[in-house]
Amino acid sequence: MIISIASGKGGTGKTTVATNLAVSLGDSCMLLDCDVEEPNAHLFLQPQIEKSETVATFIPIVDEGLCTFCRKCADICRFRAIAVLGKKVLVFPELCHSCGGCLVVCPDKAITAGGRELGVVEWGQGAGVALIQGRLRVGEAMSPPLIKKVRAYADTRRTVIIDAPPGTSCPVIAAMRGVNFVLLVTEPTPFGLHDLQLAVEAVRLLDIPCGLVINRCDMGDDQVRDYARQERLPILLEIPFDRKIAEAYSRGRMIVEEMPEWQEKFRELFGQIKLEILADIWRRERQ
Amino acid sequence: MRELVIVSGKGGTGKTSLTAAFASLAKENVLCDADVDAADLHLLLQPEIRRRTDFMGGSKAVIDLKRCTSCGLCRDLCRFEAIDAEYKVDGIACEGCGVCVDLCPAQAIDFPIQKCGEWFISETRLGPMVHARLGIGEENSGKLVSCIRQEARKLVEEQGLELIITDGPPGIGCPVIASIGGATALVLVVEPTVSGLHDMIRVIDLAGHFKAPCLLCVNKFDLNIEMTEQLEEVARQRKMRAVGRIPFDPMFTKAMIVGKNVLEYKKDSQIARAVQEAWDGIINSPAMNSYGIRSM
Repeated sequence: MIISIASGKGGTGKTTVATNLAVSLGDSCMLLDCDVEEPNAHLFLQPQIEKSETVATFIPIVDEGLCTFCRKCADICRFRAIAVLGKKVLVFPELCHSCGGCLVVCPDKAITAGGRELGVVEWGQGAGVALIQGRLRVGEAMSPPLIKKVRAYADTRRTVIIDAPPGTSCPVIAAMRGVNFVLLVTEPTPFGLHDLQLAVEAVRLLDIPCGLVINRCDMGDDQVRDYARQERLPILLEIPFDRKIAEAYSRGRMIVEEMPEWQEKFRELFGQIKLEILADIWRRERQ
Repeated sequence: MRELVIVSGKGGTGKTSLTAAFASLAKENVLCDADVDAADLHLLLQPEIRRRTDFMGGSKAVIDLKRCTSCGLCRDLCRFEAIDAEYKVDGIACEGCGVCVDLCPAQAIDFPIQKCGEWFISETRLGPMVHARLGIGEENSGKLVSCIRQEARKLVEEQGLELIITDGPPGIGCPVIASIGGATALVLVVEPTVSGLHDMIRVIDLAGHFKAPCLLCVNKFDLNIEMTEQLEEVARQRKMRAVGRIPFDPMFTKAMIVGKNVLEYKKDSQIARAVQEAWDGIINSPAMNSYGIRSM
């Protein structure tokens, strides 16, 4: 079972929910930090990194000795990552989307596969949880290929929890596609509501069942709850604002460390998610 | 013309709330919401849209099954696993590279250009604003950010204004890279937490690639004073000026609920003074005055 924790808006508490849930479930689960631009789960789990792998994506390398400057590579490249100027071929690695078109169309076998570093995937174990995280190289623009790589290493015999990036565009989609459930973490504010609505649209586009966690549930208004009712989105957990939680968070401490009674609430949350997944399967079978 | 871009690394640190508050203090400015993925600035500014333009992004492959001979070449060529066994293209997975389109022996694949979103030029009570909405699940957020920043520049020149305040996206990826190239200075809005510090360092490193000077503004500084001092120490080491400390105050949420910025919500408050102080620090900083222009 794979559960993605997403939000639309940043800073609503995705990592808080992901780490506390993972720690409460213990070694029956593994956590994937797919917020590769700003991976934070490790700051709370404090894992010993046991293994690390550099991930690269395809970019063309042109051998000008073999090249006949026919321009086929430049013609097929929609991203303008390769240009032919007279007897010179220019490759712009940062524009390349790794489609491999140039490699296929080159009639002179002048193009071979090179690599642009996307970042690293790291494995570790901390607070009783197995963690795999992606860390995008600073300066790299494209995070989806690295997110896909992190997900490819998931041990799907276990419960897999994905800490997704904020937003609603391609990186989030990469962290939500094909999962069994999306848990949307929101806050009861106008920004929280607006971005939640966008996130719900994204989840519905992918046709995945979802539920809500309302964080800082006592700081704001009732609009998120009204919206949830209208849209029949189950609210699975509410976390009140507590200065003690906020201060503990600032030092890298999880809620369940500060207040162990919350472990039970996170286990209940997991139970609710399982029920929601079952209900969704039944709904689909009836249709 | 100067452009101030508000970024943070970590999301939800208060970029948008502070951008809107700064807009009350700046004069002769254009606002630009570059968080096209989850734009929120309009919720505080209630813009009146004057011009609406479709944003055309890349194309997506569409296979015409009548012409398709099921040879399988497109499926072999596609590196994004976007074509299934029934030769249906998954529009979300399709990267728009067009390799299948060009190489299909039956010429059975069309490549219609897609509308990826919209962008707007609007009027607000705090000046003109350029903003956008990227379609759900779309790529090309970087292109849309570049587009609206360019429009903001045009607008500033047309209207004879002086400053652009850009509300940036979280993270360090494609839309952030598109937001910071060519900026006069970046303001990093950071909370005093381990995540805030970790993510701030990655943004500073990114800004270094683009030689964009950074200023630090600590939000909710009183949640962890030691961490606030640590953030400011990192700023010092990196030759960044720390321009302000904003205290934690539920007033930010209260103001948001009534669609105002904190200065409009309560002019004489501790928060208002802290925001004013941060703004003075920003606008008078050497980073914002590298051409010798002083306070406005």
